[in-house]
Amino acid sequence: MSAGTDKGRDMLWQRFTVAIPYIWLLIFFLAPFAIILKISTADPIIAQPPFTPTFDDGGALLATADNYKFLLTDKLYIITYLKSVSMAATATILCLLLGFPMAYGIARAGSAARSILLLLVILPFWISFLLRVYAWMGLLNNHGVINNFLMWLGIIDAPLQLIYTDFAIYIGLVYSYLPFMILPLYAILERMDLDLVDAALDLGARPSQAFWDVTWPLARPGVIAGCLLVFIPAMGEYVIPYLLGGPEALMIGRVLFDEFFVNRDWPLASSVAIVLLMMLVVPIVFLQRSQAKDAGGAA
Amino acid sequence: MNRKTSRFVLSVLAFGYAFLYIPLASVIVYSFNDSRLATVWGGFSTRWYGELLRNEQVLDAAFLSLRIAVTTATFATIFGTMAGMALSRFGGFRGRTLFAGMIISPLVMPEVITGLSLLLLFISLQQLIGWPAHRGFTTITIAHTTFAMAYVTVIIQSRLSGMDQSLEEAAMDLGGRPLRVVFDITLPLIAPAMVAGWLLAFTLSLDDLVIATFVSGPGGSTLPMLIFSKVKLGVTPDINALATLIILFVSISVIVAWYAMRRMQRQTEKNMQTAAK
Repeated sequence: MSAGTDKGRDMLWQRFTVAIPYIWLLIFFLAPFAIILKISTADPIIAQPPFTPTFDDGGALLATADNYKFLLTDKLYIITYLKSVSMAATATILCLLLGFPMAYGIARAGSAARSILLLLVILPFWISFLLRVYAWMGLLNNHGVINNFLMWLGIIDAPLQLIYTDFAIYIGLVYSYLPFMILPLYAILERMDLDLVDAALDLGARPSQAFWDVTWPLARPGVIAGCLLVFIPAMGEYVIPYLLGGPEALMIGRVLFDEFFVNRDWPLASSVAIVLLMMLVVPIVFLQRSQAKDAGGAA
Repeated sequence: MNRKTSRFVLSVLAFGYAFLYIPLASVIVYSFNDSRLATVWGGFSTRWYGELLRNEQVLDAAFLSLRIAVTTATFATIFGTMAGMALSRFGGFRGRTLFAGMIISPLVMPEVITGLSLLLLFISLQQLIGWPAHRGFTTITIAHTTFAMAYVTVIIQSRLSGMDQSLEEAAMDLGGRPLRVVFDITLPLIAPAMVAGWLLAFTLSLDDLVIATFVSGPGGSTLPMLIFSKVKLGVTPDINALATLIILFVSISVIVAWYAMRRMQRQTEKNMQTAAK
């Protein structure tokens, strides 16, 4: 066999390696968004499928922007979007407040302890997400573990309303997404040169000063990655507000789900999804940039 | 670390781990509760485990979930390894930016969006070409593969970028053709990452509720879908038993895998040191 065909075969093989996952993602990741976009400009009708076609039989465009107009003027939807942003942002900050000291402590532990502590952070992530949220239902219930314990201690006489509140949603969000905050923070804190902090302290900096002037700027890429990894999926969360939140807990993921499955308004559900996606494009691009930079730095 | 911060960090660590593990411990304890009222202690009993194992609905759903998870993990590992190699070894190829974007986006895409978009794709395909005729095993597996392969790609990519390329280059210099080098050198070196990727994809698939709810049809209930339909109504003792079994199974597997990997890593380090002498 000549060297030429060998080389040709290798090139072919490289193309094949790129093409298979590429085509898969084009069909099953990108194309679906085009379809959502198309359906979001239709009107709901009682038919199968329950929306109007984009073009009529003569080829005239039937697309409308009514769904978007409705979303952007309806008070309930605007409030729901804003509430989702504020809940996801609050949960992100709570994750950071709890996750940063934890990641710091893990990164500074001895090497044997460190790998066990890290394992203990990752372990819950492998256990079913749904069951972890369910576990909190048992704790927060009116007759649940926390209320029973507090009543047994005599701190309260009647059960506190813990479940079906915003408080319960925050607990669920922080509990579920905490590992996503700790891992990128740990990765960066572990690599950090401790001598820099010591130098700052030796030169007379107060510990808080050393933290804000040295540790925090160095840890920033990890903080940004961790915050985005928590904020973006929390925005669209469905299970947590459904199981732990009250009926008035309007998070956008839940509204989308109900619009689709309960009201069967596919076009409106599609436009809810598109608007949510538009809100997340900026943070997603940010995340992509930071990951790319990270990969570039490691190489 | 000075002592004051250290005490603060230690107390946050203790609080954080208590926060992570108390809910799991409470589920395990209550799974042995004899009372039907899941929150009132009625004495020790294992009756819910017996009821669980006699519940055919649960067993069917668990079997469907396992079949989907194994298929998903296998395809996601193959596609993810290909994508990871393409991104870290092939340099700049045409459409790389779009490719990298499509790989990272499913990692953070809210599940409701992924689920809705894939369902609408399957419905459109059905109208256009008659496939998929039913929604169930196939459609859930395709959906899971799509988001799980993103995780595998990231694992493979980080393994490849942290890896010394000199072995591959040496093999090429010695006249090994690229394809042989991949199979004889690269793949064996990234095999641990592929195993990790397979396990992660398997877990992600087994775990998913929202996407499966969208793309599944009538009758195709996965285990999380069945659990969700039960826990919507509140805490039930048989779900506590099921959760306990899953928690114990996952914990033991993760700890065993972690231990095995650590031993392997130490062995490699030792071999490297011996080789360097």
